[in-house]
Amino acid sequence: MGRPKVAFFDLSCCEGCQLQVANLGEALLDVLGLVDLVEFREVMSESWEGRYDVAFVEGSVVNEESEQRLCEIRQRSNVLVAYGSCATIGGVNGMKNRKLLSDVQSTVYGDKGDWFPVTKTRALHQIVEVDYFIHGCPIHPDEFIKVLKSALAGLPYLVPDYAVCVECKFNENVCMYDKGVTCLGPVTRAGCNSWCVNNGNVCYGCRGMVSNPNQTGAEEVLRSYDLDANLIANKMMMYNAAMEQCDE
Amino acid sequence: MSRNVSVNVEFLTRVEGHGHIIVDVQNGVLQKAELQIVEAPRFFEALLQGRSIFEAQHITSRICGICACGHSLASIQAAENAIGFSPSEQTIKLRKLLLHMENLDSHILHIYMLAAPDLLGVQSFIGLMKDHAEAVRRALRMKKACNDVCDILVGRHVHPISCVVGGFTKLPDNKQLEAMRKLLLQMREDLVPTVALVAALKFPEFDRETEYVALVSDDNEYPLLSGDIGSSDGVRKVKEEYREITNEFLVPHSSAKHAKLSRDSYAVGALARFNLNADKLHPTAKAVAETLGLSAPCYNPFLNTVAQLVECAHCAEEALQIVEELLAQGVVQSETVIVGVNENRSIPVRAGRGVGAVEVPRGILFHDYEVDEQGIIQQANCVIPTGQNLENIEADMHKLVPEILGKKDEEITLALEMLVRAYDPCISCSTHFLEVDFVGR
Repeated sequence: MGRPKVAFFDLSCCEGCQLQVANLGEALLDVLGLVDLVEFREVMSESWEGRYDVAFVEGSVVNEESEQRLCEIRQRSNVLVAYGSCATIGGVNGMKNRKLLSDVQSTVYGDKGDWFPVTKTRALHQIVEVDYFIHGCPIHPDEFIKVLKSALAGLPYLVPDYAVCVECKFNENVCMYDKGVTCLGPVTRAGCNSWCVNNGNVCYGCRGMVSNPNQTGAEEVLRSYDLDANLIANKMMMYNAAMEQCDE
Repeated sequence: MSRNVSVNVEFLTRVEGHGHIIVDVQNGVLQKAELQIVEAPRFFEALLQGRSIFEAQHITSRICGICACGHSLASIQAAENAIGFSPSEQTIKLRKLLLHMENLDSHILHIYMLAAPDLLGVQSFIGLMKDHAEAVRRALRMKKACNDVCDILVGRHVHPISCVVGGFTKLPDNKQLEAMRKLLLQMREDLVPTVALVAALKFPEFDRETEYVALVSDDNEYPLLSGDIGSSDGVRKVKEEYREITNEFLVPHSSAKHAKLSRDSYAVGALARFNLNADKLHPTAKAVAETLGLSAPCYNPFLNTVAQLVECAHCAEEALQIVEELLAQGVVQSETVIVGVNENRSIPVRAGRGVGAVEVPRGILFHDYEVDEQGIIQQANCVIPTGQNLENIEADMHKLVPEILGKKDEEITLALEMLVRAYDPCISCSTHFLEVDFVGR
């Protein structure tokens, strides 16, 4: 038995998460020592006809071609990992789901909107079974390594299901609400080590919401700081819109 | 000689995004040469409508993982122009540093991992590991250095966190400046063997006189973050008039729009900048150009990769100089901003329109926003470097194919792939931000 065959694929996205992988620098060479990297279109011309032990898929499904491609990858893969917000929750691609598709198309392509057909944005697990999730926009390199190891060893990886605030407190950041701005930390899944707040910005919710967000608490916080609840609602829809139930 | 050639490269590898090359020759006559762009559109400009101008940087950064810092800088410039905000001198200096790191990082990725494998006869950098292990390690070290500087400066390179409308949400202290200085000194050292490596490569010979477009200015700085738009055919316009430069049009085989100016097509990118502004490069970069035999005007698109390396030397030297100036002066920490979506009203907002024009790795990038008095985006438009190059790439293919018809099919295919890769196309970008016509407004 040879080394596990690992492949990387991208659907509709910015390809920033595969760049995060390429950016592991020399640590990437250590990773490559453990696996057979068989496909990675952005940096390789090689391709592979056999089965994949682990397939990493980045990006969302936004048209019929990408849906078909995802199904083919799923059929050929023992383990499928969704990585990056576009793949795990729809991410910024999902914002268009709150608008009329025909409006979105004509805004960009004018009267030629039907030249490039699209569907509503969907995350991977809304179409096929996903074995592991690496959330984030972009993914955190440490979490990628953890998931890769888990996938190769056949062990589960549990995504933290507590709020970013927990990590943020450990990092001793001053709360963004105390600085007068709204932050999605209280309702967003941890695991990024409060990356954005550490750098003086607010949390935009790129990892998706915790399974049981404390909505009443969040509203109370907003009231006590005299902030508009619509601000938060609008912000949540930056990354999480594709996770809303479709009405159609 | 009458022969038939059919090239059909599906999902061109070692480029950013999804594209096919289609060439059809019948009885020795070229019928068709297309770079088909099959990337699914993401409609960013439509997504921006109705959102706060203070969210524009965060959203548009997501157009492209490679050029995230470039998009951020163009977005911030357009946003600040729209609301009438003027950044401080320190902020401008730090933004220039960020742009240098962006150009360095992307050029290194292209030179070593995307372009070099063709020139060294292997399929990817994994193939390079066998005979050029030291070069691969050096490339990864140089890329990591760029990432590390960006980590310090803006939190991370892919989707920067702390550069926002108004300034920076976190500023480097002296210890961090010292760390950046060390990384840049190592970068300077690593560039020497990189130049030697590229000097030994044999680039295809090909020439086609082309109109080049880049930022131009009347001062002595190599213009990357400010200036007017200029062309090698003598056109000059202020950035607000960018639509008169790009003259975009839609073709059925590409979800990214094409562009033209004085001729049927024009080119942007490192070679365009070099051709228009070579005399303003840092002396070290000028020396690198001489070593590599590059002089302006150069009409060989394959040498865009060489021009990128010349720019690497320029960016590394300028970045080092900025860091050393900041070390000498000290960073004014009180300039740190807390912005969010401006709930705290820390930045005054007015209704207006603003254009950002920034020289990012693949060429000149335009962002254009119009906001109402609350700072809500009414219109957004962006024109991406790769989109501007598409028509020119096809024009090159039309001249190149007849010249190499005597070669084997595989050689023709490889030559075409190399031509497209030389432009370092970023297809995700070019389809994610297209012309917006705002029908029905």
